[in-house]
Amino acid sequence: MTAKSQRETSASLLIKGGQLIDPAAKINAPMDVLLRDGRVAEVALPNKVRGSADEKFDARGLIVAPGFIDLHVHLREPGQSYKETIASGTAAAAAGGFTSVCTMPNTAPVVDTAEWVTWLRSPERGAVVNVFPIGAATRGSRGQTLSDFAALQRAGAIAVTDDGKPILDDDIMRMALRLGAELNFPVVQHAEDTRLTENCSMHEGATSFRLGLRAMPGAAEAGIVDRDVTLAQQIRESRLHVAHLSTSNALKSVRRGKRAKARVTCEVTPHHFTLLDENVGEYDTNFKMNPPLRSAGDREAILVALADGTVDAIATDHAPHALHEKQVEFERAAFGITGLETALALAITKLHREHKIPLTRIVELFTAGPARVFDLRGRGSLARGNFADVTIFDPRKRWTFEAAKSLSLSRNTPFDGWQFTGKVVATIVGGKIVHRTD
Amino acid sequence: MNKPARGSLLGIEHLDAKEILGLLKLARRMNPLKARPLLRGKRIALLFYEASTRTRSSFEFAAKSLGAMTTLVQSSGSSIEKGESLLDTGYTLRAVGADAIVIRHPSAGAPHLMAQHLDIPIINAGDGMHEHPSQALLDAFTILKHKKSLKGLQATIIGDILHSRVARSACHLLTKLGVKITLCGPPEFVPEVAATLAPGLRITRQIEEGLRGTDVVMLLRVQKERLAGQKIRVQDYIARYQMTAARLKLAKRDAIVMHPGPIIRGLELTAEIADGPQSVIVEEVHNGVPTRMAILARALGKAK
Repeated sequence: MTAKSQRETSASLLIKGGQLIDPAAKINAPMDVLLRDGRVAEVALPNKVRGSADEKFDARGLIVAPGFIDLHVHLREPGQSYKETIASGTAAAAAGGFTSVCTMPNTAPVVDTAEWVTWLRSPERGAVVNVFPIGAATRGSRGQTLSDFAALQRAGAIAVTDDGKPILDDDIMRMALRLGAELNFPVVQHAEDTRLTENCSMHEGATSFRLGLRAMPGAAEAGIVDRDVTLAQQIRESRLHVAHLSTSNALKSVRRGKRAKARVTCEVTPHHFTLLDENVGEYDTNFKMNPPLRSAGDREAILVALADGTVDAIATDHAPHALHEKQVEFERAAFGITGLETALALAITKLHREHKIPLTRIVELFTAGPARVFDLRGRGSLARGNFADVTIFDPRKRWTFEAAKSLSLSRNTPFDGWQFTGKVVATIVGGKIVHRTD
Repeated sequence: MNKPARGSLLGIEHLDAKEILGLLKLARRMNPLKARPLLRGKRIALLFYEASTRTRSSFEFAAKSLGAMTTLVQSSGSSIEKGESLLDTGYTLRAVGADAIVIRHPSAGAPHLMAQHLDIPIINAGDGMHEHPSQALLDAFTILKHKKSLKGLQATIIGDILHSRVARSACHLLTKLGVKITLCGPPEFVPEVAATLAPGLRITRQIEEGLRGTDVVMLLRVQKERLAGQKIRVQDYIARYQMTAARLKLAKRDAIVMHPGPIIRGLELTAEIADGPQSVIVEEVHNGVPTRMAILARALGKAK
C-alpha cells in the first residue's frame, strides 16, 4: 500500500453544512457527519461535532445521504470483460453515487459456486465500491438442480437468482424458496414466462404491432409473479424478491403478498418509471431491454407504487453491451441498457420534480429500502458505528448526460444527451472519497 | 445514427399523401416495354435475405428497364453465410459501388438500420412483419386502373393481418388516400390492437359483414404453419373466411379481388375466385414493374 492510500483509509473526514437525509433514522435536517476509520463516528447538529477531523468536506447546499445501494447490476466478469469489468463497472457506480452494488450471476461461466463468489470479492478485481455477489439459484442457471445455497452464502453471496432467465418450474421454485427460508436467504426472480415470450423483442401493444415485432405480453411477467407470491405465502419464512418489476398486474400480486405479511419485496428500474414502449421509435436498440418498456398504464401503476411504499428499491439493471451487439437488427440485438450513472438524475428529474415524490422517499429507495431487501447490515443508514458509505448530491444542479463520457466500458444508453436536474457531487466508500465532481 | 438518404423508401407510414400520389403518377409514366435509360450507369444492389419471386424479379426488371446495372446478393452463397453482419454487408455493397440498395429481410427494421448508417438510398422490399411499401404502391396503382379515385372507396382486408407486412403497408397507404378499411379475421390474426395502426380502421370477425358493399377485397396468404400454433384449425378458417363466389356477391358488383401472392388455392380463396373476372391478382404482379421503376427513379433523383 502506498503512503497516500494508507493516509486516506485511516483519515477522518468531517462532512459539514449539508442537509442530511437518512430515512432509516427519520432524519431530514441540517447535520454534520464525522467519519473515522471506515465508520460513522458522529452525527450532530451543525458545528456540534466534538471529534476532530483530518479533512473537511464542505456540503453547503447539498444533500448528504447514506451510500446508495444498487440491488441489480451486471458487471460482466467473469468472462465478458469486453462489455464491462468489475473495475470499470464500479467506477461507473461511484460516478452514479452508488457505494454498494449487487452483481448478477449470469456471467460466463455462471457464478454458481463459492469459488466464483470469492473470486468476485477478491481485491484483485479492482472494485472501487462494495461488491455483493448474488449467486445462481440453479446450477449453470439451467433451472434444473439447485446450487449449494449454504456454500454460496458462506462465501459472501447475499442472495440467489437465475437472472436473465426465470425459474419456471414450480417444484424448483418451491424448493429454492424452502431452502432460502432455512438459510434466511432471498430468492430473486426474473419474472418472465418464457413460454409466452419466445423470439419476442418488446412489449406487446400498439407500438409492437406498428413495428411488426413479436412481442411479450404483460401477462408473461404477471403470471410468474403471481405464482411466486403464492408460493412465498405458503412457505413460512421464505424470502422472495421480484427483480425489475414492470407491470401493473405484477404489482397487484406484490401488494397481495405484502398485505398477507409474506416476505415479498420488489425493485423498479429508472427506465421503467421514465420510458414507454412507444419510445422504441424506429427500432432504436438502446430502448431494447428485458423486461421491455411497458404501456402508459403500467408506468402509471409503477409511479403510484414508488410513492406509496409498495416498491422497496430503485435498481438499475445496469446491463452493458458492446456496440456490435447493439448495432444489429432489432430482433437480434442484445437486451439491456447501462444505468448506473443516470439513476439518481432520473429519480430527481422524473420522480421528484415531475411527479412530486419527496426527496426523503427517493433517498429511501436508494438506501434503507435496498439495505432491508438483502439485509445489508451496517448499510443504508448513517447511524453511529455503521459503515462510512455516503452519497452527497446536489438536487438542483442541471447537467447534460453524455454517453461518450461514461465510465462504463459500454455506451448502450437511451439517455445520451438528456438534460437532467440533480447530480452526484461525491461518493464516499468506507470513509474514502471514491468519486468527486466539481 | 443519421437520417435516411434522400430517395430511401423504408415504409409507407412516414410518407404523406402528396409523396404517395407523386410516386403513383410517376409509375403511370413508366413503361417497361419502352426502355428509358434514366438510370444509365447506376448500380443497384438487390440484397435478399429471404425467398422472393415477384418482388425480386420485378425490381430487377425495373432497374434494367431504366438502364441500371444490378447485382443480386442472397444470404446463401455470400459472406452473409460466413457471419458478416447486416451493416458490414451494406458497407461492402457501398464500397463496390452500389448507388442504391433494395433489401428484403426477415427482421423488421433491417432497412432502417441500413439507412441510419449508409449514405445511399435504401429501399425496403419487405422487412419481417413490418412493411412492404412497394407492394402497397403497386396495389394502389392497380386499384386506380379500375377505379377513378381512391378517395371514398371501401376496402376489406381478410386474413392474417398480424403477421402481414403487406397489410400494414396497405393500411397506411389506403388510409392516407381516403379509403375506408375493414380488417377481417379471427382474433389470432386480427387482434384488437390492429385498429390502432391507422385512423378509422374497423375490425369485424364476420366475413359477410366485412364484404357488404366493399369496392376492394384484399386477401392475404394464410400460412398453414402459422395456423398450427394457433387455436384455430385450417378447416374452421376455410369455413369462416375463405373467399368464395357466393361471398363475393355481397361486395359491390364491380369490386375487385386482390392478393399479394403467393396464393394458396383452396385455402384463403377458391380457384374460381383466383381465376374469375373480378380477380386482378395477375395484374398486380404485372404492375409491380412500373411501380418499382418509379421507386428506383425517385431513389436516384431521376424522377423528372
